[in-house]
Amino acid sequence: MTVKNLTDTRSNLFRNLTRFREFGIIIFILILAVIVSLRAPVFFTLGNFRDILLDISILVIVALAQTMVILTHGIDLSVGSSISLVAMMVTYTIKTYPNTSLVVIVLLGMALGAVLGAFNGLIIAVGKVPPIIATLGTLSIYRGMVFLYSQGYWISPYQLPEAFKMLAKGTPLGIPNIIIFAIVVAILVYYFLNYTRTGRDIYAVGSNPDAAQYVGIRKQQIIFLVYVLTGVAVGLAGVLWASRFESAETSTALGFELQTVAASIVGGVSISGGVGTVPGVLLGALALGMINNAVTLVRISPFWEQAAQGLLILVAVVSDILITRRVQRNKAK
Amino acid sequence: MKESTIAPTAGPQPVNQISAGAPQKSFLARFQRWEWMLVALVLLAVVINSRLTPYFLNTQNLSRTSADFMELGLMMLPMVFIIITGNIDLSVASNLGMCASLMAVLWNLHVNIWVAASAGLVVGTLGGLLNGFLIAKVKLPALVATLGTYAFFRGIAYVLLGDQAGRGYPPAFTYIGQGNIPGTLIPFSVALFAVMAVIFGLVLHRTTFGRYLFAIGNNENASIYAGVPVVRIKMIIYTVSGFMAALAGLVLAARFGSTRPDIGTGLELSVITAAVLGGVDINGGIGTMPGAILSLVLIGLVRFGMGLKNIQDQVQTIAIGGLLILSILLASIARAISAGGVKLNWRTVSLAALFIIIFAAFFFYFYWSRAPVLAAR
Repeated sequence: MTVKNLTDTRSNLFRNLTRFREFGIIIFILILAVIVSLRAPVFFTLGNFRDILLDISILVIVALAQTMVILTHGIDLSVGSSISLVAMMVTYTIKTYPNTSLVVIVLLGMALGAVLGAFNGLIIAVGKVPPIIATLGTLSIYRGMVFLYSQGYWISPYQLPEAFKMLAKGTPLGIPNIIIFAIVVAILVYYFLNYTRTGRDIYAVGSNPDAAQYVGIRKQQIIFLVYVLTGVAVGLAGVLWASRFESAETSTALGFELQTVAASIVGGVSISGGVGTVPGVLLGALALGMINNAVTLVRISPFWEQAAQGLLILVAVVSDILITRRVQRNKAK
Repeated sequence: MKESTIAPTAGPQPVNQISAGAPQKSFLARFQRWEWMLVALVLLAVVINSRLTPYFLNTQNLSRTSADFMELGLMMLPMVFIIITGNIDLSVASNLGMCASLMAVLWNLHVNIWVAASAGLVVGTLGGLLNGFLIAKVKLPALVATLGTYAFFRGIAYVLLGDQAGRGYPPAFTYIGQGNIPGTLIPFSVALFAVMAVIFGLVLHRTTFGRYLFAIGNNENASIYAGVPVVRIKMIIYTVSGFMAALAGLVLAARFGSTRPDIGTGLELSVITAAVLGGVDINGGIGTMPGAILSLVLIGLVRFGMGLKNIQDQVQTIAIGGLLILSILLASIARAISAGGVKLNWRTVSLAALFIIIFAAFFFYFYWSRAPVLAAR
């Protein structure tokens, strides 16, 4: 009798755990961590953890914005091109006026990003162009504008002042600034999505657009807003990217858009909108970052990196859909 | 150009007998117009190009350039099928890279080139089958599944080829991408595309299979209840897409005469652009093969013309992206006007003015901030 009770509580515990969408990804991260640390003990050191965070900071910032867009059943494929354009315009400005205050530079980047985001938002919310088409178009347009702007001329490290380079990697608070930027963005987005009316409206628009409209949510404005906010995040990411890699090239952040979508999806954000959490996305970005890190530490050829990432995305989404189905079946019982 | 001549003959309009509802009719009317619009745009591009430069109407030039768009075209044909069912395939260009890389590796190991090429075709088809399995059986959203395989296939390409390159292909193989049909100026790849286009066009517009694609795109659940083998059809179209991506990979490798693992990166977005610009609705259920082929011709002509005017390749993408957005935007503006127009109250006007000022300021900054740096070069 007692044995039966014990197994019952166990399966209940398991059932409760699987109700979290992030369950699968946590298990994955733990398994990966154990395997890698067996092969390379350095994995479980503070320094390595810092390296991983350093690598995923920009991804976190943009993936959280991308998540807001995906929550409304949209997608923003233009983020990579926008980052490149902002990075280019900002570094050109710095090259001409090396003494510009860093605060001004960051604000300038965010403003430029916001304009690019507003253009996306206008076409999608007002022009009624499907998000995937609109941002596929602006992906080409913004990338083309990078070439038009720079004529193929890139900014190299020696052309940038030391102060700007320290914007990302400086450590006045003990950890690199770029990680602090990511943490602040994560807290802001978490608060915004969970504790503000507009944040809840974003979920409402994504899970049931018609119902949202009936209860008086201004769908058009919410959709416009998420693209502008993404633009702001992308602007910040552009400045940080230029600072971290100490350069701006025409190929900066090429293909980055799909990484941000991948981080969201691996973190349990539903591509059909309305479902997803900030902690989930953070875990998703962490999983992607850990794979890159692991490939280096375990000394697998770096050429395996992308294949491993692709496999992770597939495993994550397949296990997620299987777990979700099991949970629904359990609930039905 | 050869493909433009097949457009009118293979061009039955998408008369949607399966779901002939009231809203369908207006869509039908719109997209019939859209194809004529494309014809007009193609003619316009021809006229502008030939006025811009005397080198445009040079048959040698035209035949060379048309060969440059055939990988795109080969991948676009199955993409039209997929988008019509309301799905998408982001993995085509990665699949292309995987197959071309596999072929290059085998060739570097002194395997016969045709055996290597066949292996590429087989692996590409299997890659497509994997997509089909994930989407049709596991029921993953197409965007998610093919995003995963997009990274995975490209990753395999890097694993296979690493920092190596495949090169030194025999002339019999490079003929696929560089040669002309003997006695003519028609490149082999263009002829291959033309044959494929006719086959895909006939399948889409003249067979039950084609009708099923529209049915799935219009209402997947209703199609299941009506006995359409939805799972099998999805498996088939993704597998075909994989095969065509592999074929495109061979053509591209033959045209370049060498293969690196990043071959064809980013092409998936051009493929989708070509299909959507051709009037294939990204939400599924609407689209024609002639429209898609016309848009391929249009993209080719626009890029060719800009190339002749020495506009950089990368800047040309602005025009293609703009064309893509405009093609959808104009349709929705037309719908808004026919639905009673936009109310011009002071709020709308002031908002519009605000946005115009913001975008103008952006462009002012765009040109102003780059001038000193470019001048100092």
